[in-house]
Amino acid sequence: MNTTFSALTLGLGLTVASAAALADNGRLLATGGASSINGAAGGGITPWAVLAGYGEQGEWGGNAFVTRVETGDYRLDVAGGAVSYGNRIELSYARQRFDLGTLARDLSLPGNTLSQDIFGLKVRLFGDLIYDQLPQVSLGIEHKRQKDFFVPNAVGAKRDEDTEGYIAASRLFLGGAFGYNLLVNGGLRYSRANELGLLGFGGDRRDTRSVLKEGSVAVLFNPRWAVGVEYREKPDNLNFAGESDWADVFVGYFPNKHLSIVLAYARLGEIATLDNQDGAYLSIQGSF
Amino acid sequence: MRLLISLLLALGLAACAQQPPKDDSLYRDLGEREGITRIVEGMLINIAKDPRIVEHFVNVDIERLRDKLVEQFCVEAGGPCTYTGATMEESHKGQKLTRSDFNALVEDLQDAMDAEGVPQPAQNRLLARLAPMRGQVIEK
Repeated sequence: MNTTFSALTLGLGLTVASAAALADNGRLLATGGASSINGAAGGGITPWAVLAGYGEQGEWGGNAFVTRVETGDYRLDVAGGAVSYGNRIELSYARQRFDLGTLARDLSLPGNTLSQDIFGLKVRLFGDLIYDQLPQVSLGIEHKRQKDFFVPNAVGAKRDEDTEGYIAASRLFLGGAFGYNLLVNGGLRYSRANELGLLGFGGDRRDTRSVLKEGSVAVLFNPRWAVGVEYREKPDNLNFAGESDWADVFVGYFPNKHLSIVLAYARLGEIATLDNQDGAYLSIQGSF
Repeated sequence: MRLLISLLLALGLAACAQQPPKDDSLYRDLGEREGITRIVEGMLINIAKDPRIVEHFVNVDIERLRDKLVEQFCVEAGGPCTYTGATMEESHKGQKLTRSDFNALVEDLQDAMDAEGVPQPAQNRLLARLAPMRGQVIEK
């Protein structure tokens, strides 16, 4: 009896050990990125060309995350996750809830939140973040469904769901920033989403998609800590209010391949008539 | 005076005879031959405890491997060594190493350099020298 039990414990222990080892296989720390507010692996307000989690060829990777952006007048809550296979293809989902706070009170709006679902697909076309001659380049599409269309419709938005595409290139330059590793990301997005899509898609001022630039630069002081800046150009489709480009400065902490925390200070400009929306951004992600 | 002239002449000739100075700053940052030996030994100990890749080292003459790796790291770091081992393609032939295996080895090396207190920029410089070899190591 005792022997059987010991053998069983040993067997189980080995299974657990090998599962744990497998989980730590794959790519190097932080190369799965954090989770962007659209659910795709990347930075905070823009995706990177990297795929979610730590899977290499023949392996799965994935993550789940929660993010909050708080500007005082508004609050954005996001939850979602992504899975990837073979460091080649990524599927992601995010639910965004935008709390109108001040605006809903001031204008006595019928609802005080705007929500949307975002379904994302990203494919690595070629290259590698670190090793190959070419940078890693990925193509992505995002299908977005706005869930509370009363307010967006009232302010001139044309539709409550839409699909947009983007291309992103990412490269880690070993020792590229005075000896520290430098991560550079650049992308182009083809979209007509108003405030990410929370205010619908297309508008009374412009109803066609625009080519929008986005990018980020980060320095890794060691494999666990990254500090950087991000920028995201946004369209301006609605007459009732201007829409500002977004930027932020962030600190990312990747203590291991199962946890990452990103803290940022974001400048979101004018959102739905309220200007100077600066605020704090916090994102927590679990990954494998 | 004559002594001074011959001294200057000798110095000048010596300078001419020298190779253009090689950049050995990385070699020095890694602690020269002793430091590199400790890094390589630390990496091999980490590999021995690493269930992801230890199986690839079971039938390997570890002392010889250590010596060749020290030579290789020394050369890559700009140190006064000669690499006497096989080419990367030859030494990894038939092992069918994956991209993940390569990354696991990089992590074991990073841990060894951390344990030796190698500054991050020096770590990155060595990794930048080794990273282009991935294509000669994996999937052979």
